[in-house]
Amino acid sequence: MLHSVKPCEQQTGGGFCFENSRRNAVLESSLSEFGYKAPSARKTGTTIAGVVYKDGVVLGADTRATDDMVVADKNCMKIHYIAPKIYCCGAGVAADAEITTQIMASNVELHMLNTGRPPLVAMVTRQLKQMLFRYQGHVGSSLIVGGVDVTGAHLYSVYPHGSYDKLPFVTMGSGASAAISVFEDRFKPNMELNEAKQLVQNAIAAGIFCDLGSGSNVDLCVITEAGVEYLRGYDKPTMKGQRAGQYRYKPGTTAVLTKTVTPFSLDVVDESVQIMDTE
Amino acid sequence: MNNTTGLFCKSKLTPVCTGCVVMKTRPNRICNTVYRTESGRNGITMNTRGLRSQLKDSVPVAGLCPQGAYGVQDSLRSGFTSVKNELLPSHPLELSEKNFQPNQDKMNFSTLRNIQGLHAPLKLQMEYRAARQIQRLPFLQSSNLALDTLRGNDESIGFEDILNDPTQSEMMGEPHMMVEYKLGLL
Repeated sequence: MLHSVKPCEQQTGGGFCFENSRRNAVLESSLSEFGYKAPSARKTGTTIAGVVYKDGVVLGADTRATDDMVVADKNCMKIHYIAPKIYCCGAGVAADAEITTQIMASNVELHMLNTGRPPLVAMVTRQLKQMLFRYQGHVGSSLIVGGVDVTGAHLYSVYPHGSYDKLPFVTMGSGASAAISVFEDRFKPNMELNEAKQLVQNAIAAGIFCDLGSGSNVDLCVITEAGVEYLRGYDKPTMKGQRAGQYRYKPGTTAVLTKTVTPFSLDVVDESVQIMDTE
Repeated sequence: MNNTTGLFCKSKLTPVCTGCVVMKTRPNRICNTVYRTESGRNGITMNTRGLRSQLKDSVPVAGLCPQGAYGVQDSLRSGFTSVKNELLPSHPLELSEKNFQPNQDKMNFSTLRNIQGLHAPLKLQMEYRAARQIQRLPFLQSSNLALDTLRGNDESIGFEDILNDPTQSEMMGEPHMMVEYKLGLL
């Protein structure tokens, strides 16, 4: 055990420690002179979307996680559990979104035990935005919170700096523009379940095809008063299709008309021997 | 630290008095303000002045100077010395995170004072002071259960509960020396 006469600074609490930030800044500035780059956080490069329909909420997400320009995970889960009838899609830095949703789930469980009541979606949103504002956007996670509580079905989107929107349809992530265009075109209030699922699947597929950061499969999550249906791998639009037949030409399809042979005469110009060291 | 006047900071915990708010703003003065400010064992001071004047004390200016062992600049970990390094925080969130709990408390107390009158924050601060004194031996980390319950931190989980748990830190004070110092035998 390392002893010191002066008790260490962190004695009065845990949380973030900024000891290394100055050193990191110095390292980054000196590394860039040599052309090296500091390691960057893995982002999800996502398309996430949600709609409110007649009986509840449908959330959708793609499944690709990127590390700059490389696909780090082809089938990651971006729809996280918060409460029995509240789920949250996360975009932005993958670790931040994951940890934030886990902290939220724990807080919601504690709150439920304290008050003895099922949680409201508004309560989850409020805790999320207070926490994200406290860290001034350095926790880089943008989230879509959707669920059903005693007051009905609600859908919120929370941005990394702490602002939020309450809307009947929301999209986030790098593929948000592609997905929102589908919503703006075809959304209707009070849709049926199949219509809503089809719409969300179309929006996520638009994100998958039109945005480089999103790809692989579409996950859906349908939340109603009765319960939750988590459809993992609901649609796989990027799967290779099966070839219907053989497309190669049989040998002898084209007839030979003429044939001429011209021999080249090659002279040896230079000859050198290099002995390989095989010992 | 050469203590010529023979007065000790009430904490008696550290030979170099880095715990008191007073020392943070005037590091070269020997701590002779025992009668004006009271210190808790782990360095948090409760000021008897009004709430507004406490705002100045919550931003320690010289406290940002990175100190290694023996008070010498730790070049390996924190880079070269410069006035900018000592005065400005290394990360935009450093100050706000350091002061987050005190700021929350101040906000709650002033709201409570406006709603219920002066007696409410006074009684609560008395309870906080009492709860803060429940500690283990000087080198052991306390769970601060009473203080957490008073503040309401026992009903929520945040990054301060997950990251950098003080019970699992790799550094510990030398037990014999710390107890002897606390008892005044050193």
